[in-house]
Amino acid sequence: MLIDIRDLSKHYLLGRVDVAALNGVTLSIRRGEYVAIMGPSGSGKSTLMNIIGCLDVPTAGTYLLNDHDVSRMSDDELAAIRNREIGFVFQTFNLLPRADALHNAELPLIYKGVPRAERRRIAETTLRKVGLGDRMHHKPNELSGGQRQRVAIARALVNNPSLILADEPTGNLDTKTGAEIMELFDTLHKAGNTIILVTHEEEIARYSQRIIRLRDGNIVSDAAVTREAAP
Amino acid sequence: MIRHAFALVGEYAAMAWHSIVAHKLRSFLTTLGIFIGVTTIITIWTTIQGLNSYITNTLGDISSSVVYVEKFPWVISNDFWKYRNRKNITWREYQTIRAQSRLAKTVTPQVMAQRVISHKEKKLEGVAVLGTTETFMAISSVFPESGRFFTAPEVRGKHNVCVLGAELSRSLFDEETPLGKRVRIGDRRYTVIGVLEKQGEFFGQSRDNFAIVPIGTFRNVFGMHRGLQIAVQAADAGQLDDLKEELRGILRRERKVAPGKEDDFAINQQDQLTDLYEKTTSTLYAIIIVIAGISLLVGGIGITNIMLVSVTERTREIGLRKAVGARRRNIMSQFLMESVTVAVLGGMVGILPGVLVGQMILSVMTVEGGVPFSAIALGFLFSALTGIVSGFYPAWKAARMNPIDALRYA
Repeated sequence: MLIDIRDLSKHYLLGRVDVAALNGVTLSIRRGEYVAIMGPSGSGKSTLMNIIGCLDVPTAGTYLLNDHDVSRMSDDELAAIRNREIGFVFQTFNLLPRADALHNAELPLIYKGVPRAERRRIAETTLRKVGLGDRMHHKPNELSGGQRQRVAIARALVNNPSLILADEPTGNLDTKTGAEIMELFDTLHKAGNTIILVTHEEEIARYSQRIIRLRDGNIVSDAAVTREAAP
Repeated sequence: MIRHAFALVGEYAAMAWHSIVAHKLRSFLTTLGIFIGVTTIITIWTTIQGLNSYITNTLGDISSSVVYVEKFPWVISNDFWKYRNRKNITWREYQTIRAQSRLAKTVTPQVMAQRVISHKEKKLEGVAVLGTTETFMAISSVFPESGRFFTAPEVRGKHNVCVLGAELSRSLFDEETPLGKRVRIGDRRYTVIGVLEKQGEFFGQSRDNFAIVPIGTFRNVFGMHRGLQIAVQAADAGQLDDLKEELRGILRRERKVAPGKEDDFAINQQDQLTDLYEKTTSTLYAIIIVIAGISLLVGGIGITNIMLVSVTERTREIGLRKAVGARRRNIMSQFLMESVTVAVLGGMVGILPGVLVGQMILSVMTVEGGVPFSAIALGFLFSALTGIVSGFYPAWKAARMNPIDALRYA
């Protein structure tokens, strides 16, 4: 089991009010799965994504990622886990504006301590894989939205992570480009990557194999997608 | 792990450089405080270093095994009126010292006057004329470059001979050799028997513009009652204090100073000048420390301020770096490297004008000085330290950002 989450809760203090963003969520995801997490805003899907992505720790419950208990780890331990195990893709791409595609893609490898030459080689290979072989030295402002998201996907892939976590990856893209990006995720999935997609768009979620729906901090449904119904 | 850390230093340096280049004007303004601070410090430092080596050389000329019996002490702090009515050191006192001192190796009287010196049509006003004996050579650090100094028989016989300082010789004779020629000092003619080697300048004053004549001749021509300075060389440099005591005894007896009354003469030695110089430079060092402190503060506040702006502007970048695996120390190092780079760039730029201005001050004082390498090290250290201290808080603030909030920052 890649992800094993049991009775996970997350409480926030908003002023003096204790708000439960997650209320005892239990969930497991196998290696190689393609899962979409859905829910309206306030449902706790962002909180769940942050915890799965090791950006945050739960108030209660356990989270085993690759058999490591990450629910009680320190900041720096979490940073190391994120570096090794997780590739992030964000709605707003989050590329370094002054760095070219190659440098953006190799960023996680810098913190992993990979020597420069090898870093370059891996980043180049990965950029080619996402279809940007001819855009290595372009800066983000010289790339289209779809190309920027491809750089971000390359960045998520360079460390060969156990899990790709995509938060509304098509949210800033037009429909056609969005579809192209989703096809790229499909390809990555077929190549054996585990993908978790956080979205509020039904059509986007339907690219996945399994949809988990949240409401008020609880899982309300967890069902496989029938591929025939996909657009 | 160590190798990893070193590999990252290169990355941080590259990041710092990109960030600085991307904000040229801002970086320039930020470094201005450091630049001015380093310039000031290096200026003073260069000046002090130049003075130091110069003073050491010059004071080195005053032999440390010699004491000088004189009317006034070299260093008078206050109470000048106390010394005003002192009697001159007399010829008789010189003879008494020579006869009675058992710790002295040589006793050399010196007396000064200013006279017109001429050779053919060339005529120089107000040239220093020194009267002394052959033992002058024993206590002097200058030697004849050509010819010779006068001898004991010449002194005893009150011969009309003279030895010229290098510059005086040049002014009167140009490239000609003066040896054997005659110069007129006052209204008498003297045969030039030697020319001394060049001593250079001291605070713009030539130290080579004088003539030396035998003291007997001097006294006959310029007067018997001029005050003397008596240089007494110790037979054993280790017995300098004993020598001073002995001289005090001789002079107090000779001058009939009542017991319990203060000496009415002074016995000077090189230490007094070194002490004075050390006091003066320690004041300069204190000024450096104060200026360094103020610049550190002002320059440092500038850097802290701009780094805080930079950290805020790059909140999302920090969030992203943390998300992809940067640890606290990675973020901390990145921003510290940036503040140190800015500060050191400013400091390095400040070294050059600092050294130049320092050299200018030294040359105005006609003191020679090279570029002290300690100045470069000092400027580097000072600015790097400012960079670390002032970048610390912004870097720490960046390092402890929560990646979720940072990524969401608009």
